[in-house]
Formats: sequence, C-alpha cells, structure tokens
Amino acid sequence: MKDITFRSLKKNLKKDFSKFKKLKIAVLGDSATQMYVQALKGYGYEIEVDFEIFEADYDQIELQTFDPNSEFYEFKADYVVVIYCINKLYKKFGKLENEEKSKFSDKIIFGFNALQQAINKSLNTKIIFFNFNEINDSVFGNFANKTETSFIYQTRKINFELMDLAKDLKNVFIQDISLLQSQYGAEALMDNKFYVNTELFFKIDILPIIAKNTADIIQSIEGKFKKCLILDLDNTIWGGIIGDDGIENIQIGDLGIGKAFTELQIWAKLLKNRGIILAVCSKNDEVNAKEPFEKHPEMILRLDDISVFVANWDNKADNINYIQKVLNIGFDSMVFLDDNPFERNMVRSHIADVTVPELPHDPAEYMTYIRSLNLFETASFTNEDEIRTSKYQVEAKRAVAQEKFVNETDFLESLEMECKVEPFNKFNTPRVAQLTQRSNQFNLRTIRYSEQEVETLRYDESCVTRAYSLNDKYGEYGLISLVILKKSDPKTLFIDTWIMSCRVLKRDVDKFVLNTLVQAAHDNKCDTIIGEYIRTAKNSMVENHYKDLGFSKEGDFWKLKLNKYKKMNCYINKI
Amino acid sequence: MEKSDILKEVNEIYIDELDNDEIVLTFETSANDIDEWDSLSHVMLIVAIEKHFKVRFNSSEIRGWNNVGEMCDSIFNHIG
Repeated sequence: MKDITFRSLKKNLKKDFSKFKKLKIAVLGDSATQMYVQALKGYGYEIEVDFEIFEADYDQIELQTFDPNSEFYEFKADYVVVIYCINKLYKKFGKLENEEKSKFSDKIIFGFNALQQAINKSLNTKIIFFNFNEINDSVFGNFANKTETSFIYQTRKINFELMDLAKDLKNVFIQDISLLQSQYGAEALMDNKFYVNTELFFKIDILPIIAKNTADIIQSIEGKFKKCLILDLDNTIWGGIIGDDGIENIQIGDLGIGKAFTELQIWAKLLKNRGIILAVCSKNDEVNAKEPFEKHPEMILRLDDISVFVANWDNKADNINYIQKVLNIGFDSMVFLDDNPFERNMVRSHIADVTVPELPHDPAEYMTYIRSLNLFETASFTNEDEIRTSKYQVEAKRAVAQEKFVNETDFLESLEMECKVEPFNKFNTPRVAQLTQRSNQFNLRTIRYSEQEVETLRYDESCVTRAYSLNDKYGEYGLISLVILKKSDPKTLFIDTWIMSCRVLKRDVDKFVLNTLVQAAHDNKCDTIIGEYIRTAKNSMVENHYKDLGFSKEGDFWKLKLNKYKKMNCYINKI
Repeated sequence: MEKSDILKEVNEIYIDELDNDEIVLTFETSANDIDEWDSLSHVMLIVAIEKHFKVRFNSSEIRGWNNVGEMCDSIFNHIG
C-alpha cells in the first residue's frame, strides 16, 4: 500500500474518472472545505469511484439544510458530509453565560438532530457527521474532568451523545475525528496559522487520511468491505518458528516481544467476534502448526476461531486460492498478514485483489501500523455476524461429508434440509439489508437497500417480500436468500431483487425459492413472473439463472407463465 | 545560502506543487503572474516550503508577502 499525499490526490483530479461508478456527495462545513473536497475527489481515483461533489459555500450548513429550495436539495446527494469544526464550537461555547454552559451539549445535539431530521424529510440519503477533536483550553486544567461547565467536559459529552444519536438512526454515520487526533496528534491535525488566514481547519498532510476515512465509510455502505483475515503463523501471530523452536520456545504472552504478538491475536479475536472470518495460511506441517492453538496456555486464538486452516508446503498464492474457494467470497474482501516480504510479494503478484499490508520489520510496530490502515470499516453489525465463524466451520464439515456421496441427490437428501419462508419483518430487516449490500455473486440486479429502505418495502403494498432461512442436520445457515417482488401490473410480478448467499449454492435453494414465488404469484392473483439479469463484474454466476429455471427470454427480460409451470423437485422441506 | 539559491529551490517547489514545468520565478513574480497560484495552492506552497527549508512561518508573514522576493527574504531570515 503506497503512501498517498495531498499533492498526489490533487494530481489525480486531472485523470479520467469516466469509467468509474458515480456517487453524489454533498459537503457542508463551517470552515473552509475546498481542500477536503479536492482530497476526497482525488482519493476517489484510488478506489475507482467518481465522487461528484456539491460543496456548499462557506458556513452555510443551516442555511442550506433548513431551506427546502436550496441548491443542496436540488443536488440530491447520495451522501451528505457535515463538518462542524471545534474552533467554531469553542466560539459558541465562549459566548454562553455560566448557567447555560452545562446545557451546551444538549443544545448542540438538538441542532444535529434537527439537521438530520430536516435532511431526511426531503432526501433519501446517508449523513456523515464529523465529530469533534478535543482541544485543551486550559481553563480548568485537569479539574475540567470534574466540571460540567468546562469546554472539555461538554466536548466529550457531545461526542458521546452524537454516538448515542447515530446508534438509533440507520442512515446517520459518524466520522471519528476525535479518534484520528488520538492516533496522529493535534499538531498533525490542525495548524492555527492557516485557520486564522484562510479558514482551513485541517492540515494538508492529514487530508488524505481524512478523505480516505470518509471514503471508507461510504465504500462499506456501498457494500465494499473486508470479510476475511488470513494469517501467517511463524513471526506473524507468534515469535519464532514452531517447527524449529518447538512449542515451549515460541514467543507469545507477557514476556518481552511476546506482548506484540498477543496484541495482534487479541485484535484478530475481536475481529472474529464481530464477524470477520479468520483463516490460517502457513508453511508448516499441519500437526506442528496446530499444536500452539491446542496446547499453548498463552495463545488467545484457538482452533475454533479459525474457519479454514491451511498448513502445508505449497505456495501461498495457491493456498489462498483454496481458501477463497472454500469460503466463496471475493479476493477483494480478503486481507493477508505475513511477516515475510517474499510471501507478501508472491501473493500480491498472483492475486492482485487481496489486500496485503506491508508489515513493519519490528513486530512491536505491527499493531500501530495495522490500526492506521482502517482495514475493517463496516456499515452494519448484526447478530448473524457474531456467529459467522461457526457457520463456515460447519460448512467445512459438510464439504467433508459431501465427498462420501457419489450421487449428488443422495447427498442433498441426506442433509435433511428445512427452510423457513417469511416476509421481511422487523427481526430480519437488518440481515436483509446486509445481504443486499454484501452479495455480489448470486445477485440478479445488485440493488442495494439500506435498513431504512427495507423498512419502507415492508409497508409497501405493491411489494411482496420473502426471506428464506435454511437449516440442515449439521446446523443453521440462517437467512440465506431473499426476494423482492414488485407488482408491475395487476397480473404481473417483477423480480426486483433475487439474492442468495453463496454458502448454499448447489442445495437447490433456487428451485425451492421459485416454487414459493409461484405460490406468491397465485396468492396475489397474478399469472406472470418477470425477471431481469443485470450484469456486473461479479455476478456472471447467475447469467443463466432464469434460463435454467425455465423462464423464456423476451427482449432484456425473462418471463414465466404460471399456467406452464411445473413445481420443481428439491430436497428442502418448507417449515 | 544566498537568496538566489533560495529562489532556485523555491522555483523547483513551485514547479512540483503547481504541476507546471514552465514556471520561472523572479523576485518580482506575484500571484497575478501565475494562474495556478491561488489562495488554496498558496497553502500547499507554504507547507512545501516550510518542509523543504525546515522553517515555520508565522501568520503575519504569510499575509504580508507581495511577491516571491519577499517570501525569499522571510526564508532567508529564518535560516539565517
């Protein structure tokens, strides 16, 4: 990963963005935002996104948002970035009478809330609020922590309450400027000299990082984020070489450099608990490689944290290819950590889409560096995320079972599959939204829905929604498929969205789903179902989906007449 | 370092930052003479010059320069 400077981002502005995906971003700020806008636009080139940016004139946040006829509303942004800066906040605070100071955060949060409500009333958009970096105004000294009327007390309260506000609002996101300052320091963030002269709040050298953070948030909402962390073992998650040094001599735990490896393992474990799939890819004998996971008292990671464990002497590019096949996720959603530059380059040169951080030479620096990359930005967190690892492990067991059956149908029958079919409801809404955002391969039209939009669908009478949860004798797959049907005329249902998780490919779920769709069409007194395939870079898997299911082609669409339909055979029972 | 040497190095910085090989600075050059030199790129230039010469201007200096010559004077005074 290369270092990106403001100058390089500015140079990007002259390049050709025409082939990239377009996203409309509105930027509203109470400081001068021109350079941030340039950085964001320029960063778009790095990630192949054409940010079309509307920049409100200086200090027009309220003016633009509280006027329904403003240019801002005319622009119809996909994302709105609102940047209040701490200097202006301080100015407001300074004007208050003492007795008003303890209520300052309430007033500010009220303002934020009014703003998001105003925007949401007229626009279907996502809002990104910058929070506030702390400044030490040295009025109370450390006693500020005990004093409600101090500026630092109120700043922290605002940041906290902003989180509280965002927690309950699906389309409001926070860009954490405060955390950025903890990471890089106040000196790196601001230069008062430029603020005084030009109203530019952020320093030039920090702008690429701020722009990247904004883009990270947007990309994760757009469905581009990391799902899997692949770990090398020797000198990556413990010190030393297990095959040579033996289990008693590898470095992990509270002693010396062992601490650095423990830190990395804790991080990996926390990621796993929030739904990132962990895999191991190591040049080792498998028995040796597994021993610390089973027996070493200081290991944080255990075998049941790892979804796919590959230890052999083959080259790592091949092994990562194998891991990708088992997990069935895109290479661009994988991160590979390895201390060895040779292995890193080997993987980079063979599988360009895998993210391979250039780990520092000193293990003590590993985490500082890795954290600075913000690799695992996400736009949602559901209960399903927490149990993903066990799902992939169950899947590995199924894969082994499958090898025993020569005949595919015997295997499917042996699974004793059952499927629950239900409309979208308040319980499955988060997972439904997440699937629309995450699925790239088995996705016929790749339309992304936010949780908010899914909620709207639930109450839309012209829509029929179906969510499918599968289980078999090995365990639960959870919600693995969904369909959104829209009545395009009284007799016709149009398949707006048909998505399936690739974990249940070749289980005949698609046939089962079609049976239920035909039933739904009957129930809605329709006689035709129409489908459409919209090609993307990733969904060629379903190119012939409708053809294979017996739809006939008409122009760009696929048609199924109910009177010609014969119920499809599959080994899934409806429950 | 002589002021003429400072000017040469400042010229290089202008070429880099403003991405224009044809810029030739004299002590008399001002923002009016160079299209790309606006208030935003001015900030980029100052940051780059500060880094290059390892100096830190104060805000009155930034406001006060009428041309490249006065900027070079400031640099000269700082690195003295």
